[in-house]
Amino acid sequence: MNFGVIQFPGSNCDQDAYHALADVFGQPTRYIWHKDVSLGDVDCVVVPGGFSYGDYLRTGAIARFAPAMKAVIEHAKSGGLVLGICNGFQILCEAHLLPGALIRNRGLKFICDQIHVRVETTDSPFASTGKKGQVLRIPIAHGEGSYFAEPKVIEQLQREDRILLRYCDKDGKITDAANPNGSLDNIAGICNETKNVFGLMPHPERASEKLLGSDDGRVIFESILQSSRATHHEAVRVG
Amino acid sequence: MKAKIIVMPKRTVLDPQGKTVKHALESMDFTGIKDVRIGKFMEIELEGGDKAELQKKIDEACHKLLSNPVVEEYSFKIE
Repeated sequence: MNFGVIQFPGSNCDQDAYHALADVFGQPTRYIWHKDVSLGDVDCVVVPGGFSYGDYLRTGAIARFAPAMKAVIEHAKSGGLVLGICNGFQILCEAHLLPGALIRNRGLKFICDQIHVRVETTDSPFASTGKKGQVLRIPIAHGEGSYFAEPKVIEQLQREDRILLRYCDKDGKITDAANPNGSLDNIAGICNETKNVFGLMPHPERASEKLLGSDDGRVIFESILQSSRATHHEAVRVG
Repeated sequence: MKAKIIVMPKRTVLDPQGKTVKHALESMDFTGIKDVRIGKFMEIELEGGDKAELQKKIDEACHKLLSNPVVEEYSFKIE
């Protein structure tokens, strides 16, 4: 499966994402510069974490207008997979590929910590190999990760089973104490209506090897790879 | 000619900065504060032109880039 990792000025998790995809999972992966107008033959594009354009104006606000983002939007609209991690999630919201917005953490502090999230649904290409209710230990590192959307949007996300991850305690209980940033409904990650665009604040690419303290993030990448195999088999069957 | 733009967090959105500043004001004995909200003020210097046209352009800029309508609201004047 071909992966592309977008690089904006100020991206700083691009190499972590590249390492996870290319070295840990052995997938053909390449960088895509923010000025590139085409993604090439990429199956899944990763919008990585960092501080694109210095977080000027709002997180993700400037990145949304980068030429590469036009290509990402086209890729998403034609059904291609898009994974936005941390700043990538913020950018996908600003680009209207995902609803809502990520605002300042309720405690105002930048939080860099290992937290727990619960897999809420496996009905998407991003968590299909997980188990509903499975607790993942994955790091977060953000100052603006408080998910906000109008109540009717939150209801819609719930109804359409589009909340993939929620912040929880180590036993999988969804509590306010386990919510690091004040996100509504403890939301840590959501997908779009067609379930091919996924944004999350935690960093699965930094939790893909035991050496890093946790490899719970593997489930996200393994699911993406699994979905590609499933699509391939279907294509072969139809063909 | 200048466009003066104010972007504020919506009332329905938690503003932790405003809350923290309210507490700080109270700790310096400033009493009687109902609420503090913190937003942004921007100035765009313009070369000039048709005011109605500029009004439309600034409105579009506010809507698309300078504010995020999900969490913020804006107002502006051109003078």
